[in-house]
Amino acid sequence: MKQSLELTVNGQSHELLVDPHRTLLEVLREQLGLTGAKEGCNLGDCGSCTVLLDGKPFLSCLVLAVEAQGREILTIEGLSQNGKLHPIQESFVQHGAVQCGFCTPGMILSAKALLDRNPRPTEAEVKEALSGNLCRCTGYVKIVEAIMETAKT
Amino acid sequence: MKDCANYSVIGKRLPLIDAVTKVTGEAKFTGDLFVPGMLIGAILRSPYPHARILNIDASRALKHAGVRAVVTGKDTAGVKYGALEHLRDEAALATDKVRYIGDEVAAVAAVDEETAREALDLIDVEYEPLPAVFTTEEAMRPGAPRIHDHVENNVSLSLHIPLGDVEAGFARSDFIFEDSFETQCVAHCPLEPHISLAACDGGQIVLWSSTQGPFYLRRDLSLTLKLPSSKIRVIKPFVGGGFGGKREMTAGDFCAALLAVKTSRPVKIAYDREEEFSATRRRVPMKIYLKAGVMKDGTLVAKRCRVIADGGAYNGRGPMIVASGASQMTLVYRFPHFLFEGHHVYTNNPVTSSMRGFGNNQIRFADDSMMERMAKELGIDPVELRLKNVRRPGETSLMGAKVTTCGLPECIEKVAERGGLHKKRAQNGSGGNGRQALLRGFGVASAAYISGCKLFFEHDSSAAIVKLEEDGSVCLLTGASDIGQGSNTVLAQLVAEELGIAFEDMRVVSADTDTTPMDLGAYGSRTTFVAGNAVLAAARDAKKQVLEVAAERLEADSADLEIRERWICVKGSPQRGMTFQAAVSAALNSPDGKSIMGRGYYNPPTDYDPRTRRGNVSAAYSFAAQSAEVEVNPETGEVRVINLVAAQDCGFAINPMATEGQIEGSVSMGLGQALYEDLVMEEGQTVNASFSAYKIPSVRDMPPVESHLIQTIDPEGPHGAKGIGEMTLVPTSPAIANAIYDAIGVQIKSLPITPEKILAALKEKRACS
Repeated sequence: MKQSLELTVNGQSHELLVDPHRTLLEVLREQLGLTGAKEGCNLGDCGSCTVLLDGKPFLSCLVLAVEAQGREILTIEGLSQNGKLHPIQESFVQHGAVQCGFCTPGMILSAKALLDRNPRPTEAEVKEALSGNLCRCTGYVKIVEAIMETAKT
Repeated sequence: MKDCANYSVIGKRLPLIDAVTKVTGEAKFTGDLFVPGMLIGAILRSPYPHARILNIDASRALKHAGVRAVVTGKDTAGVKYGALEHLRDEAALATDKVRYIGDEVAAVAAVDEETAREALDLIDVEYEPLPAVFTTEEAMRPGAPRIHDHVENNVSLSLHIPLGDVEAGFARSDFIFEDSFETQCVAHCPLEPHISLAACDGGQIVLWSSTQGPFYLRRDLSLTLKLPSSKIRVIKPFVGGGFGGKREMTAGDFCAALLAVKTSRPVKIAYDREEEFSATRRRVPMKIYLKAGVMKDGTLVAKRCRVIADGGAYNGRGPMIVASGASQMTLVYRFPHFLFEGHHVYTNNPVTSSMRGFGNNQIRFADDSMMERMAKELGIDPVELRLKNVRRPGETSLMGAKVTTCGLPECIEKVAERGGLHKKRAQNGSGGNGRQALLRGFGVASAAYISGCKLFFEHDSSAAIVKLEEDGSVCLLTGASDIGQGSNTVLAQLVAEELGIAFEDMRVVSADTDTTPMDLGAYGSRTTFVAGNAVLAAARDAKKQVLEVAAERLEADSADLEIRERWICVKGSPQRGMTFQAAVSAALNSPDGKSIMGRGYYNPPTDYDPRTRRGNVSAAYSFAAQSAEVEVNPETGEVRVINLVAAQDCGFAINPMATEGQIEGSVSMGLGQALYEDLVMEEGQTVNASFSAYKIPSVRDMPPVESHLIQTIDPEGPHGAKGIGEMTLVPTSPAIANAIYDAIGVQIKSLPITPEKILAALKEKRACS
C-alpha cells in the first residue's frame, strides 16, 4: 500500500505517494528525477548516495523515504544558487578534484556538512569527514586540497 | 626541453571541460537515464562453478505478474565473442555449460526491479554438476576436468619466447638469483557498477552503456546478435570509472539489447555491487618463477621468466596479458639473454582479464622485488643497481620495442633524491617520540608502458572531426572514450591550441558510434597519444580551410597567416587581420555557403608481428619510477606508507593537473593492491563481494604523494605527449613491497602484504637468527 508523504527537497515541498519500503535514494532518483545522488553499492558502504538531512550527511540508500519526512533534504542539485556554484563546488572544479564524477556529489555534500559545522577544519578532520565516501579515481589528494582551500577563504 | 612558453592552452592546469557538469550533479550516467516505457532487466547466474545445462524452463517466470520476457542461450545464435578470433570461447548467455559461479544463464525483463529479481527465482534450470578446478595446478594436472572441450590440460595459450642464449648467459654470470612470486586477484571497483540500457529506434538497437569503448562494443554486439553494425548504435554517456573492467561486452549489454528487441520496449540492466565484485572481470593472478644471472658489478646478463596465469573460466583478454608480461620484462632493464614461458590456464573461477597495467603490474612486482634482493645481497645500492641496467633512449628492446624518448634514468634519480630527502627528514624527526619500535624502510620500483598498441587489430586507429561554428566556437567529434580520466579535456586543449582559440570556445561530443568517428576505446594508454594525434590532424585540416577564407579577405597568402587569441592575422603584422569568428562566418555567409569541418585520423607507425610476437608494438613508450617509505609495526604487522614520490616520463603534460590526478589515483589503487585488496575465493565463490569485506583505500589510508613530471617531448606524440594512465599504477605495489623488505629484512613474495604475512615472516626470521 502506498503512503502519502511530503518531502522538502532543496527548499521545495513535494507531495508523493510512496511505497513505505522505498529508500530516499530511490524516491529522489526515480520519482523526483534528482539523479545527482548515485547508487554505488546500495549497502551503505561507498557514500555515493550521500545527501544532507537537516544539514547532516546521510546515506540515502539506507534511509527510508518516510523517515525523511519533516526534514530539510539537500541534494547536490540544490547546492548552487541561481547558476552560481557553491564555493566547495567551485574549488573542486579549480583543483582538479573531479575525475569520473560519480562520487563527486556525495563527496561535496559530506564536505559541506563539515564546513558548515566546522569552517576551519584541520586536514585530519577533513579526512575523518570524508572517510565514508569512496573514490577510485583521484586518490583523494586533490579532493582534500579543494576542501582545505575552501576553508581558507 | 622544448620551449613551452608559447603555448596558450596546452601545458596548462585547466579544470576538466565537464567538471562543472559533474559538481552540480547534472552529468547523466547510464543509470540516470529513464526512458518512457522502460523495463528493468536482471540476469540469472550459475550457482555452480562447473555444470552442464540440461534444461531451462522459464514458464513459471513468464506467468509471474509484471514479467515481459525471458531469454536464455536458446534465444541466441550462440556466437562466441572476444578480441581475437582464434581465442573466442565465450557466449553472452551460456548454451551448453556454465563454467564459473556467476556465469550468465538467462535474463528477465519486467516492469520493475523487484519483479525482475523475483522472476529469476522462478526460472527452473536443471544442471548436471561437473567436477571443477580452482587452482592452476589442479587445472593443468593430467586427467583434470576439461573446462572447454577443445582445450587440452586447460591451457588456452602457451608462449615460449627464447631470445639470445639464456643458458649461456647464466653460465657466464657471477651470481644466479632464483625465486617465485605470486600476485592476487583484485577488482577494478569503479564507483559506477556496469549498466546497460537498450531501446529499439528507427530500425536500430540503441544501447547506452557504461563502456570504455563503444566501437568495440558495437563490434561484439554485431557479432553475437548477428546484425550488421549499422543496425546497432552504441552511445557512451558519462562513465563512472573503468580501469580496464569496462572494455569488454557484458551479458548485461547483450541481454538488454536482446530483451529490447523481444519486448519492443527499452530495457535497463544494472549490475549490483555484489555482481560487480563476483561476476565481472578481475585482474589476472599470476605465479611468476624468475631466474636472473648477474655479474659482480650488478650488470644483468640473463633472465628466465615463467608465468602461470589463472585465467578463470574464459579467455577474455587474458592470453594477451600474459604476452604483454614478456615485453614488459625486456623493456625496463637491459640484458642480452631472455627466455619467457607463459601459460594461460582455465579454471572454474570468475574470468580474469584487462585491468589498468595489463600484466605489467604482476611482472614488475616480481622483477623489481628480485632487483631489490639482488642489490641487498650484492651490496650495491638498489638505486645504483637500477641505474646501471636501466633502459636508455634510442635503444631497441630484446622483444623489438624501439624506444625513442626515455626518461627512466631521470625518473629513478628523481624519486631516489626526493624520497631520500623525505627519509632523512623523517629519521631526523623520529628521535624521542616514542615510536622507535616502528621499523622504517625505503623502496623504489620502475615501470615502462606502451602508448597504444596493435595487439588486437591490424590497426590502432582513431579519427576525429572538428566543426567550426558560426559563433566562433568549435565542436570536436571524437570516438575516444572519456571515462573520467579527462580525455575530452586534453583533446579539446589540443584543438584549441592548434586553432588559436580559447579553451572556453570548445565543445566535445564523445562517444557515439553513429555521430562520432571511429576510435578503438580507452585502453593501452592510447587516448592522449593516438586520439590526440587524430584530433590534431583534424584541427590542422580545419585551420587550413579557415586560413584560406581569411587569406582571401585579407588579400594575403594563407601560408603567411597565423591565429592567436581568436585573431587571424599576417605573421608579424597583428593589425592586418580579422577575428576567427568573422572568418568562419564569412565562409558560411557567402555564395559558397562553406561550412568548415576538419577531419583527420591517426594510426601509429608500428611493426609488431603477432605471429612471432616481436617487433615494435607501440610508437612511443612512457616510463616511471616511484619510491615509498613505510613504517611497519612489528607487534601488529601493520604497515603505514609515510610518503610516496612518483616521477613520470609523460613526454609532455598537456594538462599537468590531470596528469597528477592519474598519478594520485594510481597511488591509491597501488596501495590497495600492495596491502589490502584480495578477492577471497572458496570453491569458486567470491567470499568478500562488498566494499565492507573488500577494502579499497579510503581518504585516511592515503600517504602524501609528491608527483614529478619528466617531460621528454616525444617526436611522435601530440606536442610530445605520451600515454600515462596505466603505467602510473605499475610501480606503486613493488615500491611499497621493497620498502617493507627494507624495513623488516624479509622479503614477502606474494601480494597483498598483509599484517599476517609480516608477522609470520618476522617470526620465522627470529626463529632462524
